[in-house]
Amino acid sequence: MLKANIYVTLKNGVLDPQGEAVKKSLKVLDYGQVSDVRIGKFIEVWLEGADCDSALKELEEMTDKLLANPVIEDYRVEIVEVNQP
Amino acid sequence: MKFGVVVFPGSNCDADCYHVIKEVMEQPVEYIWHKENSVAGYDALILPGGFSYGDYLRTGAIARFSPIMPSVTEFAEGGGLLIGICNGFQILLEAGLLPGAMLRNSSLKFICQPVYLKVNRNDTPFTNQLKADEVLKVPVAHGEGNYFCDDQTLQSLKDNGQIIFTYCSEKGQEGLEYNPNGSLANIAGICNSKGNVLGMMPHPERCAEGILGGQDGFYIFASMINWLGEVGK
Repeated sequence: MLKANIYVTLKNGVLDPQGEAVKKSLKVLDYGQVSDVRIGKFIEVWLEGADCDSALKELEEMTDKLLANPVIEDYRVEIVEVNQP
Repeated sequence: MKFGVVVFPGSNCDADCYHVIKEVMEQPVEYIWHKENSVAGYDALILPGGFSYGDYLRTGAIARFSPIMPSVTEFAEGGGLLIGICNGFQILLEAGLLPGAMLRNSSLKFICQPVYLKVNRNDTPFTNQLKADEVLKVPVAHGEGNYFCDDQTLQSLKDNGQIIFTYCSEKGQEGLEYNPNGSLANIAGICNSKGNVLGMMPHPERCAEGILGGQDGFYIFASMINWLGEVGK
């Protein structure tokens, strides 16, 4: 069985109010070295009976279509072999 | 003029829109369940506010794949009048019927308050019963109304006159202090390049009759009816 790890992140230049708030909070906690925080999404998808190449193609298609919004987000897909979901 | 109000699971302003069209505007109106697949016979469609599919993944992201959406898209591409209010606007953005995307409000708070809007154009199907530069008072209620698009898209919105409503002061002044959600260029509502599809975050259906403390929203629906009448002539 294949498992995809999909990382959806905000594009550079897109304001991230959540990341800003978390950054401020880290500063308040005295983590002075923190220079920026950006928050994204981590999506796990399990696929049955697919080979890596066709899975990647399909995962990119589903991410373009639904999982990420190309206007504001970038993504990266990673595929790993797993035994059980 | 027959209006259709599309109902998604999680829509919660559908009854308000239906009420305004039926009782205030005195026009025929029907609900269209999102699992239907035809909008034949309608003159105008409303995508109402709410939290379709619980706002899961992104606001409007799942609703835009509802079975009704291909016919809504076809209706819009054929020049049909389509207004998306709040979550309806978010769905139009996700569907690509309007350019851009919504981000979380810059304050990270859900805002629920009346705001002032400037009418940038009054020659559209949605604003012809208003004056240019007129200031409207209309409530907003959203957590993700922070409109975003890239520089090129913003320039084309400006060049084509697609920015219909902008947040402003009571006197019509624009500025960050009058922008409730951090929206780019104070954008509260935009239309497509043809002008027949409007998306707006504020809720005109919540201020379309005196008993609710404001009637400014009335004129947006009145504009649609007037425009449909003119085109139908």
